[in-house]
Amino acid sequence: QVSAALREGRVSPTELCQRCLSLIKSTKFLNAYISVAEETALKQAEESEKRYRRGQPLGVLDGIPVAVKDNFNTAGIETTCASNMLKGYISPYNATVVQKLLDQGAVLLGKTNLDEFAMGSGSTDGVFGPVRNPWSYSRQYKEKSVPKCHCEDKEPSWVITGGSSGGSAAAVSAFTCFAALGSDTGGSTRNPAALCGLVGLKPTYGLISRHGLIPLVNSMDVPGILTRCVDDAAVVLGSLAGHDPKDSTTVQDNFKPFEVPNVTDLSKFSIGIPKEYHAPGLSSEILALWSKAADLFKNAGAKVIEVSLPHTPYSIVCYHVLCTAEVASNMARFDGLQYGHRAAASQSTESMYAATRREGFSQVVRGRILSGNYFLLKQNYENYFIKAQKVRRLIAQDFVKVFRSGVDVLLTPTTLRDAMPYKEFIQEDNRTRSAQDDILTQAANIAGLPAINVPAALSERGLPVGLQFIGCSFQEKQLLTIAKWFEKQVKFPVIQLEEMEKHDHGVFQHQKSAYFS
Amino acid sequence: AARGYGGAWCQAWQRGAGFPNLATRGQRAVACNARGGAVPAGKCGLAPWVPVVGLEVHAQISSNSKLFSGSQVQFSAPPNSLVSFFDASLPGTLPVLNRRCVEAAVMTGLALNCSINKKSLFDRKHYFYADLPAGYQITQQRVPIAVNGSLSYTLCIGNKMSQMVTKTVRIKQIQLEQDSGKSLHDDTRSQTLVDLNRAGIGLMEVVMEPDMCCGEEAAAAVRELQLILQTLGSSQAVMAEGQLRVDANVSVHHPGERYGVRTEVKNINSLRFLAKAVDYEIQRQIEELEKGGTILNETRAFDSKLGCTVPMRDKEGKQDYRFMPEPNLPPLILYDAKSLPANMNHQQVVNIDWIHERLPDLPSVKRAKLVEHYGILPEHSFTLLNEDGLTEFFENVVKQTQMKPKKVIGWILNDMLGYLKQHSLTVKESPVSYFLLADLLNLLEKKEISSTAAKQVLAELWKGEGKTPLEIVKEKKLELLRDQKELEEICQVVIDGQENE
Repeated sequence: QVSAALREGRVSPTELCQRCLSLIKSTKFLNAYISVAEETALKQAEESEKRYRRGQPLGVLDGIPVAVKDNFNTAGIETTCASNMLKGYISPYNATVVQKLLDQGAVLLGKTNLDEFAMGSGSTDGVFGPVRNPWSYSRQYKEKSVPKCHCEDKEPSWVITGGSSGGSAAAVSAFTCFAALGSDTGGSTRNPAALCGLVGLKPTYGLISRHGLIPLVNSMDVPGILTRCVDDAAVVLGSLAGHDPKDSTTVQDNFKPFEVPNVTDLSKFSIGIPKEYHAPGLSSEILALWSKAADLFKNAGAKVIEVSLPHTPYSIVCYHVLCTAEVASNMARFDGLQYGHRAAASQSTESMYAATRREGFSQVVRGRILSGNYFLLKQNYENYFIKAQKVRRLIAQDFVKVFRSGVDVLLTPTTLRDAMPYKEFIQEDNRTRSAQDDILTQAANIAGLPAINVPAALSERGLPVGLQFIGCSFQEKQLLTIAKWFEKQVKFPVIQLEEMEKHDHGVFQHQKSAYFS
Repeated sequence: AARGYGGAWCQAWQRGAGFPNLATRGQRAVACNARGGAVPAGKCGLAPWVPVVGLEVHAQISSNSKLFSGSQVQFSAPPNSLVSFFDASLPGTLPVLNRRCVEAAVMTGLALNCSINKKSLFDRKHYFYADLPAGYQITQQRVPIAVNGSLSYTLCIGNKMSQMVTKTVRIKQIQLEQDSGKSLHDDTRSQTLVDLNRAGIGLMEVVMEPDMCCGEEAAAAVRELQLILQTLGSSQAVMAEGQLRVDANVSVHHPGERYGVRTEVKNINSLRFLAKAVDYEIQRQIEELEKGGTILNETRAFDSKLGCTVPMRDKEGKQDYRFMPEPNLPPLILYDAKSLPANMNHQQVVNIDWIHERLPDLPSVKRAKLVEHYGILPEHSFTLLNEDGLTEFFENVVKQTQMKPKKVIGWILNDMLGYLKQHSLTVKESPVSYFLLADLLNLLEKKEISSTAAKQVLAELWKGEGKTPLEIVKEKKLELLRDQKELEEICQVVIDGQENE
């Protein structure tokens, strides 16, 4: 819709940009953005405007304000990964996905907040502080929350966005942009999508280039897409997917961008319900929602069957070993020599390295590095790393078997519960939380499969909960088709933010389906 | 006697000097023969020692750009001027494999009789050092590109040049890996200067099994490898420019017993130093063990000024490199004529058979051809190939002259080569071109001058004053007199002169 509005001249790219920028300012308390690139964004908007006036927009994304997680390299704009190690680091190049967005005329508003180096499931552990879930300030949440104590703070305690792409999720959810890039290694795009009521798409590994995405786990990372509806996700996917010679892990096959078809007849589809995803700690609300969704598909004529992914219980440990091992390796480059933070210590190169890394990395990061190095030691390699690789293969094979048996997509919950209040979340450490929260999402990363969160309903507390669809490798079209059908059925409500009402509604109403074209 | 080994042998390896006759060679023949030759006992008269030498040779691949990035490969550029984002390990950059480097490694593997692995893998080798920006090197530890080959090389034994023996060293594997940057320690200012121009250049590491037993063998093997690489063009292998570096693994043991503890002598960058370092190390170990001491499994460097090996400060303690598969590079798949899929774009693949068909003649083949074609001696062919450009020079002279190659060769190897060495010039820099020499030899062949005269003319030509042989002959009146009458007149004068006394 907004794209149509741009084309029809009902709103101009610069107006749109300015509104988003001012909204960013008024929602600063969300702490969704680390850097706001006001000047360059306005310039990009002006360029876009010129193109529209000439009647030659570059495409659907021309003039659309977007935000990018701060672990993507952006030339000339600070890239920090929410870490002291990269504070002030200005990259000389754009990540391929960023470049693609810019080439389509998108307007880059800024870089969003995250857990440090994308390690975390709450977006609470970055050096710029935690991100607040916009739904904390929604009417829906406020109405449902009961004051728990007689504290001065009359406002209900704010809830987390989930992570690690929480900044991107908050940015989209609060209407400061129309799409945002996150990254997904263990669920980091789908988790905040679920908690913030957004569509969060994790594409198949190898479909979208990772060149310029500062890696966490090279063999599992993918750029993630956060939007307000499935159609928007398809548009962004269409502009990003495809082989990149700079990334040797992208597939060579040509990718054909698609529009998500509207299906009404589900009889051809088979939906699998993996029983192991009835994980311990799953809230009864979400369990009920999951069941309701299964029934929805059944009643619409789809084949709904229970399936088994027997190695699911081993995925956390497998993920932990492989993730920390790759992290230890990827973080080895941060020594203060060429870029980033460098400690003052100067007795020897080694002492400088040690001080730099101690000062630059948070405890979470250091912990993972130490774990990873432990697993990579010669005496442990066979028992941990190789074993974990074998388990990884088994987990991936579970999915292959299920898909081969005729199932088209799997339907699972995305998170165990709705967004937790920040005060409660920080009671446990990062590692514990990550292990708990990643459980439903990480298998898709282990197996490299595409997966998508679709917001499904509001919880009893008035907060979003979503459901996850997992598809076959490179079958994004089918995945999104089913996701879109589901999205249509559930009619997830629009967030009602008081801040919104201060702004011109014009473009921001009817945001449930902000279909671009 | 105990320490004399090193000095004599290393002279043999001054580039292109051929094989001088040395008195000590007799000793050496005892010291080192086919695998497991024993070294005569040291001063104590104990049981003989068997030295064991293995080598790891790092050859820089001759390519326009680096192994995983597009930055240029060039010697002696301003510091940090050839560094791409990936080379500097900027976060988010990814490696992209250079096709030319793969081809170079396949060529080298084929030339060394290796099996080429159709599927090979890349790994990360982790350690922290200022010249390693990413904190790890990308190498091939699990499955390298080529394995199980062999290299034949030749040594001269005995006092005559003509006694040559061919030896073989097994090639364990060839792996592709990144070169590191360079770090210079500035002790006066307590700082380390880092130049990343070299970081990321493609290397082929050629691992030679411990089939050698002394410095001479090691140097001969490396020399032959160098010639092969230069012939293939896969590496320019100029040691002085750091394009070929050798690590030597040395140990000693008594015959029949287990191999001894080995030390590694790293980063030797000349053939002379290689021979010296290996021999010194063998001797050091023998002396240490005969004293009752032990050998530490350590890394040492060769101090060329002192002529000895010394422990390396930085490499104390055993390193755990925490090898891990390189997740950003899929397995490297190579094809041959049989396995190549029909619809594959041939620009996207490396075809082993295609490369094999286009391999140039290796040095051993070239030498055999020279011997057969020109009737020269085998040892002549070695000297010809040993000196850059000399074979071509010889062949050009032969083409231009009626003189038989068997005679020409003497002029090339004794006279020309002698002058080149005297003036420290390469064949390319020679003031005497092949056609000048050919002209001269033609005069000799036509009996217009004597061979003594010819040598004089050559000496003149070497002054580089631009005169032709004929001009010099006329100037110095070196023509042979043919005219019967003239000769009679001269003789008569001499006889008359004699009579007067």
